[in-house]
Amino acid sequence: MKTVCLYFQVHQPWRLKVYRFFNIGKDHNYLDDFTNRAIMQKVARQCYLPMNALLLKLIKENKGAFKCSFSITGSAVEQFRAYAPEVLDSFRALAETGCVEFLAETYSHSLAALSSKEDFVEQVKLHSKMIKEEFSKKPVAFRNTELIYSDAIGEMVSELGFKTILAEGAKHIMGWKSPNYIYTNSIDNRLRVLLRNYKLSDDIAFRFSNQGWDQYPLTADKFAQWISDENGEVVNLFMDYETFGEHQKATTGIFDFVKALPKAILKQGDVQFATVSEAAKAYQPVGVLHCPHAMSWADEERDVTAWLGNELQNEAFSKLYALKDKVKALKNADFEYVWNFMQTSDHFYYMATKWLSDGDVHSYFNPYGSSYEAFINYMNVLSDFEIEVDKALAAKKSRKKETATA
Amino acid sequence: MRVLMFGWEFPPHIAGGLGTACYGMTRGLARNDVEVIFVMPKASGDEDERFVKVVNASDVEARYSNSTIEGADDIMRKISFIHIDSNMVPYISPEEWDTYREEYERTGKKFWEREGDSWTQRYTFSGKYGANLMEEVARYAVVAAEVARQLEGQFDVIHAHDWLTYFAGIAAKRVSGKPLVVHMHATSFDRSSSDNIDTRVYEIERAGMAAADRVIAVSNLTRNIVIEKYNIPAEKVVTVHNAVRFAEKENELPERGVDDKIITFLGRITFQKGPDYFVEAAAKVLKRVPNVRFVMAGSGDMMNHVIRRVARLGIADRFHFTGFLKGDDVHKMFQLSDVYIMPSVSEPFGISPLEAMRANVPSIISKQSGVAEVLDYAVKVDYWDVDAMADAIYGFVKYPALAKMFSEKGLEEVTGLKWNNAAAKIKAVYEDAINELAK
Repeated sequence: MKTVCLYFQVHQPWRLKVYRFFNIGKDHNYLDDFTNRAIMQKVARQCYLPMNALLLKLIKENKGAFKCSFSITGSAVEQFRAYAPEVLDSFRALAETGCVEFLAETYSHSLAALSSKEDFVEQVKLHSKMIKEEFSKKPVAFRNTELIYSDAIGEMVSELGFKTILAEGAKHIMGWKSPNYIYTNSIDNRLRVLLRNYKLSDDIAFRFSNQGWDQYPLTADKFAQWISDENGEVVNLFMDYETFGEHQKATTGIFDFVKALPKAILKQGDVQFATVSEAAKAYQPVGVLHCPHAMSWADEERDVTAWLGNELQNEAFSKLYALKDKVKALKNADFEYVWNFMQTSDHFYYMATKWLSDGDVHSYFNPYGSSYEAFINYMNVLSDFEIEVDKALAAKKSRKKETATA
Repeated sequence: MRVLMFGWEFPPHIAGGLGTACYGMTRGLARNDVEVIFVMPKASGDEDERFVKVVNASDVEARYSNSTIEGADDIMRKISFIHIDSNMVPYISPEEWDTYREEYERTGKKFWEREGDSWTQRYTFSGKYGANLMEEVARYAVVAAEVARQLEGQFDVIHAHDWLTYFAGIAAKRVSGKPLVVHMHATSFDRSSSDNIDTRVYEIERAGMAAADRVIAVSNLTRNIVIEKYNIPAEKVVTVHNAVRFAEKENELPERGVDDKIITFLGRITFQKGPDYFVEAAAKVLKRVPNVRFVMAGSGDMMNHVIRRVARLGIADRFHFTGFLKGDDVHKMFQLSDVYIMPSVSEPFGISPLEAMRANVPSIISKQSGVAEVLDYAVKVDYWDVDAMADAIYGFVKYPALAKMFSEKGLEEVTGLKWNNAAAKIKAVYEDAINELAK
């Protein structure tokens, strides 16, 4: 029996407004409310709502035989609450079927795993708490931002009590090994690693509507046959949820493809669907996965250079996390809110200067004219935030002194 | 005395310091009883009028006669204007001209609009007139000769600004037999980063100065270049430093957002302006004093390079970029500053420190700038000496008494730089030239 594991990532960053040097010290609203709302409502209309409705229908039709998993970032949930609460309701309806698993990740879709254990643990706990509140279930499987994974990250995740983690089936890590089996973390063997089958995943996510592709058009039957032909035990199809209706528009037939997929796959007889945790438990690990350096699911290189690959990104990253202790000391929800959205990996992605094969993908998601503009804008906001943090800290200290002398 | 001047447009429609200088100079000359017939290029838009269009002083467009020049009617009465249809602009290079022309042919844009960033686009090219800049310069000269012929007997001396009008000046001299004065506001050597200069422009500059009876240089720095690199006889070259004219009305001070001291660089981010040295000095200062912020205002071909350098030095949380500033924002930036720096590698004159000092901001300027010759109350350093630059910044930030002295004395000093005085010197140059020719 072979298992198909469908997993979708749901994320929207809080986008910063154009914030000039002249704003520093005066203007403390950093977000582009109009753009954030417009994008959220557009994606909700084109993707989240129709796709959630479709999945709910498929789950009911197949009476428990169709399953899938999600991870939803904190910043996406915050924007659902603010701009599209009906999306959150539709995710709850999916949760109630019992056929959908929600995974843990960093609250802000942040790069905290690359900063320090302390930052990371805090971000993960914040996210798990939010998922518990929204969907009444504590997550037991984990996926890191953009599938960033290394042996050390796996170890931290295992220490936090998670049993399973997702990672990219990157060629440079896998070598001759197949991603279609369960592996374990090399430091902590209790943690099971599920690896993305990037070929089959990208057939849907990137190539589905590509008319130049020799397999165009992709039908559910053809795809089910490919899955059946795969060697191994678990086929992991991991992709952005926005693939459905947003990157691949409804007119490409993507929804019809999804509608037909469960039946086409189940028809094979020897293939079943499972959530991430079920799939990890269903088989014995075949080996240990060694991954000393961080990898991810992004770009041709499958590394972290999309976020921390040039001096602009490194500078912004180190200046951001240098503020951590101050923000912690404040214990103020308003500051923590800003602190969270400033950590979102997208800000660093906008500063990338890799313009070869993956330039298209980068520019598609980039609201800035250049990486330099993105950097300047981010640093201006960060400068103002730092000033505000320092002011608040000084005020707090003087209050303490007053109460001590009184 | 009457002068036929080939100059450039007046504020507020100016492309750079040249227009401002022409304006101040003309006013100063009028106050010194010199009548000016001011000839300037002006594109009229669509019509391809390849002939002279003489505009009488009485029907000069309103913006020149009274709307922008308040309370100066008596002065302006001594100035008449002649517009020649042309789309030449100061500081344009033959390559830029070609770019604009191609842009026009591709997009069909043909209005003389000024776009936001004058560095990337000074003008939207109107596309008419000469096929290339050199041809346009020659055509302008033909028209200039016609102007000189029509105005025969109405002027005693000819004065030409910037190499683009030098052929016009030479032509006018040939037609009228009157002496020619050319004014060097910048040389080819200031425009390029090395000795890799545009030889066509160099040749026109050299020809203009060779044909001229007198050459006016905006600084001794420029005068030396003229003598050494263009082989112009030293006795022909006179230095007259630019002056500066400020608007009467004072803007109210903008509200400061940050308590930190602000150190500002304002100008094009190009090799010539020395932005790299500013960054290195900033890094040195930030190692010692935390409560300082550096601002680089402007844009240019070295901007991305500078941003990367700032990031690599790890000072991006204290080093800010504003992008290109226009209009009021420039003034606002000066008013928000505590120290102004102009680390130019090569600057024929350099008016920006004067504007900073006028806003009570103590300034640090490079010794390689013409303005260094006229200022006492500005700290002067070699552009490459980032240690000295850092020292000076540290001094202004740490010792308020020093900053106070420089800002008070600096304001006094800059207020004393009057076009009246500069114009008197120019008038003396005219007299010299006229007398010499009469001999």
